[in-house]
Amino acid sequence: MNAAVIVFPGSNRERDVAFALELVSGKKPALVWHAETALPPGTDLVVLPGGFSYGDYLRCGAIAARAAIMDAVRAHAARGGLVLGICNGFQILCEAGLLPGVLMRNKDRRFACKIAHLKVERADTAFTRLYAPGQVISIPCAHGEGNYVADAETLAGIEGEGRVAFRYCSASGEVGPAFNHNGSTNSIAGVFSKTFNVLGMMPHPENHVDARLGSTDGRGLFAGLVDTLASAA
Amino acid sequence: MKARVYVTLKTGILDPQGKAIEGALKSLGIEGVASVRQGKVFDIEIAPTADRADTEKLLAAAADKLLANTVIENYRVEIL
Repeated sequence: MNAAVIVFPGSNRERDVAFALELVSGKKPALVWHAETALPPGTDLVVLPGGFSYGDYLRCGAIAARAAIMDAVRAHAARGGLVLGICNGFQILCEAGLLPGVLMRNKDRRFACKIAHLKVERADTAFTRLYAPGQVISIPCAHGEGNYVADAETLAGIEGEGRVAFRYCSASGEVGPAFNHNGSTNSIAGVFSKTFNVLGMMPHPENHVDARLGSTDGRGLFAGLVDTLASAA
Repeated sequence: MKARVYVTLKTGILDPQGKAIEGALKSLGIEGVASVRQGKVFDIEIAPTADRADTEKLLAAAADKLLANTVIENYRVEIL
């Protein structure tokens, strides 16, 4: 798997993502600086990592979404290439128009830094194929602006097309306000694009890929991508 | 020429920052505040040669492309 991790000024999870990608694929991803205008030839997967691109100035992800490299990321997504945005990366994908909606300040105004339980909504995508539908996975989250908001029509589209990837839930899979760490509409923790080749999610699967980190529940996501690309080759 | 772009949250969008400020005003004993919504103001200096109509278009483009996220925000342009 040829992965490219885009690095913006203020990104801080690019090494965590690179570690996870190398762990599952055996291959180091390319780290690509935001001012580049092209992805390395043969890139299969683009990852926008977490962090605070451009200091979260203006709006989270707003400036990064207009960076030079994003035209190449857009073109990659348009030809069906895989794109994963985690945390700030999710905010960037929404700001870039690659995913619907927007991430606002957490409803309770608190920075959410905890282990979240996520319900996997479907297992027939490139990202979730190694999970089971309805499976509960434990994934750390760390964000102040993860409250997913979209207008009613957009939301109806997302739900109707089955584009919710993950919802916050309890350890036993119960979805409700008590387990919704940031106030996201419908407890949404992750969303797919219309064509299911772009995924944005607030929690950090790259931080649960090794038993030494507390859990390997996030590993399936990266391993699923390796699997997808191997079976497509 | 100077211009100002005001960006405000659309009605119905929850504004946790506004809520926090509202709470702080109340705790300062400032009475009579019913609610607070926080927005942003951009003061923009326009090249002196630009004409007014072009400037309005330019500012609308700036707001649409970057200054506002029209999913959740409205904007208003004022040429000073």
